[in-house]
Amino acid sequence: MRPILMKGHERPLTFLKYNRDGDLLFSCAKDHNPTVWFADNGERLGTYRGHNGAVWCCDVSRDSGRLITGSADQTAKLWNVQTGQQLFTFNFDSPARSVDFSVGDKLAVITTDPFMELSSAIHVKRIAKDPSDQTAESLLVIKGPQGRINRAIWGPLNKTIISAGEDAVIRIWDSETGKLLKESDKELGHKKTITSLAKSADGSHFCTGSLDKSAKIWDSRTLSLVKTYVTERPVNAVTMSPLLDHVVLGGGQDASAVTTTDHRAGKFEAKFFDKILQEEIGGVKGHFGPINALAFNPDGKSFSSGGEDGYVRLHHFDPDYFNIKI
Amino acid sequence: MAAAIQAEPAKLRWGELEEDDGEDLDFLLPPRQVIGPDENGIKRVIEYKFDDDGNKVKITTTTRTRKLANARLSKRAVERRSWPKFGDAVHEDVGARLTMVSTEEILLERPKPLGSNKEDPKTADPLSQFNKGAVLMVCRTCGKKGDHWTSRCPYKDLAQPPETFVDKPVATDAAPGASAGSAKGAYVPPSLRAGAERTTGSDMRRRNDENSVRVTNLSEDTREPDLLELFRPFGAVSRVYVAIDQKTGMSRGFGFVNFVSREDAQRAINKLNGYGYDNLILRVEWATPRTT
Repeated sequence: MRPILMKGHERPLTFLKYNRDGDLLFSCAKDHNPTVWFADNGERLGTYRGHNGAVWCCDVSRDSGRLITGSADQTAKLWNVQTGQQLFTFNFDSPARSVDFSVGDKLAVITTDPFMELSSAIHVKRIAKDPSDQTAESLLVIKGPQGRINRAIWGPLNKTIISAGEDAVIRIWDSETGKLLKESDKELGHKKTITSLAKSADGSHFCTGSLDKSAKIWDSRTLSLVKTYVTERPVNAVTMSPLLDHVVLGGGQDASAVTTTDHRAGKFEAKFFDKILQEEIGGVKGHFGPINALAFNPDGKSFSSGGEDGYVRLHHFDPDYFNIKI
Repeated sequence: MAAAIQAEPAKLRWGELEEDDGEDLDFLLPPRQVIGPDENGIKRVIEYKFDDDGNKVKITTTTRTRKLANARLSKRAVERRSWPKFGDAVHEDVGARLTMVSTEEILLERPKPLGSNKEDPKTADPLSQFNKGAVLMVCRTCGKKGDHWTSRCPYKDLAQPPETFVDKPVATDAAPGASAGSAKGAYVPPSLRAGAERTTGSDMRRRNDENSVRVTNLSEDTREPDLLELFRPFGAVSRVYVAIDQKTGMSRGFGFVNFVSREDAQRAINKLNGYGYDNLILRVEWATPRTT
């Protein structure tokens, strides 16, 4: 396959997200402008201007009408996807790290970093249908975990919130009361910071990637460990194919060590694993830095990766990808 | 083609322009021509413009449009396709080239060579075949017999480098002072400094040259997958490379194939040298190691 290279960002990529139809690809980077691209040919549709810091995360509503972004400028913003117009700004006292719309797009979960004396927190906000009715008040604020919460997503039926972060523990919270329901097993769980968390297409399980050079699949309801994928580099990004039983891990050595070694030693490939057999299928090379973000098109026929090198690489699979046998 | 003919100017002819002393027609530029896309999807756009010195410059842009698999789009997605651009994309420079198609063909690289299974003795560690005649194998670095070849010595980094590489910094753990290289004042790449993570950089380069077979007189249409298909029957192939001209994107007519085992490579050479492939006669030989 010949990937499409998109050089719209001037700083490392942080997050990638496809909309539900798989025709738009949203990219966030440490420069201040989240960007939307056409996912088939990589043409840039527009940028969302208004943030004043690195943008860490985004999510798009199911109807592709609203975009929410979380940024280091201590805000999360709602945008009109079509026009790039800012609809609302949630102000926080510390950088917003992760955002996620609930099923139905009526709620959003936003996590904020520990900052000055503030501890990290998970905020639940109601998203109004009409942006003029939007308020900044939180329905729920969850505090407790030490260190940064790198990702928080909604669990099945919006009943729970699943969070993971620097303390390497995955937690399931009640999304109404904010009570801690479950914690991942210390023995089985990750040993270092969890950098990424991706839900499966049906939401029944999710995958976490960690700096301890492994990725794990967990059951969304019981939080039991299902699978572990071991690799030889820190994992910065994970995604799961919605079509085949494949898990993709992206990572590489620390960005600060990149220039000191041969680029082949950095292991900047996106590694494909068989979800069930936990066996490596192959690697896709190309980035000149660690992969920070991965996303699968909802049709499972293409995926994109965003790297520390500022490029988004959009890969449409060759036909022989679909009948790989181990 | 039809479009090109229509675009031809009706009144002015190039030949006449020069003789027309009366007026200065230099400001006129021939119209833009669009040729194609032909059946291969290759579209050529010929434009003329003035450069900074006022000279006419002909710009030929060749693009290939590829049809992606018949994608089914939802109605909403089709509607979104025609959304106007916004933000920074509004003033996008045509020359900005934010989106490019990689010139490099990226394959999903399999960790084990295709078409091999664990039971195949050849794909297993090549050393295992020699275990019976172990005395043959003596490591020059650590002197161990029958365990590994010199190039694979696990103690390579600890050993004193051979005489030929004296100007390289000594990276022994026993002599950290010398390894810092500060005594000599010579620059030591960070990857070679004491305490730096050992990388396999140079090792990998060596592997690239191992059992490498050069294939020349390839036809222009031959791509890496074709070559892989041609060579795979002889044994596990670790790398296939076809030289591509950066400008035209066409094959330059030669390539390299690396085999996991040397015997397979030799068999491939014996069989395929002089083999007719795509109406050309292939030349297959051992690749000469790079002189660098």
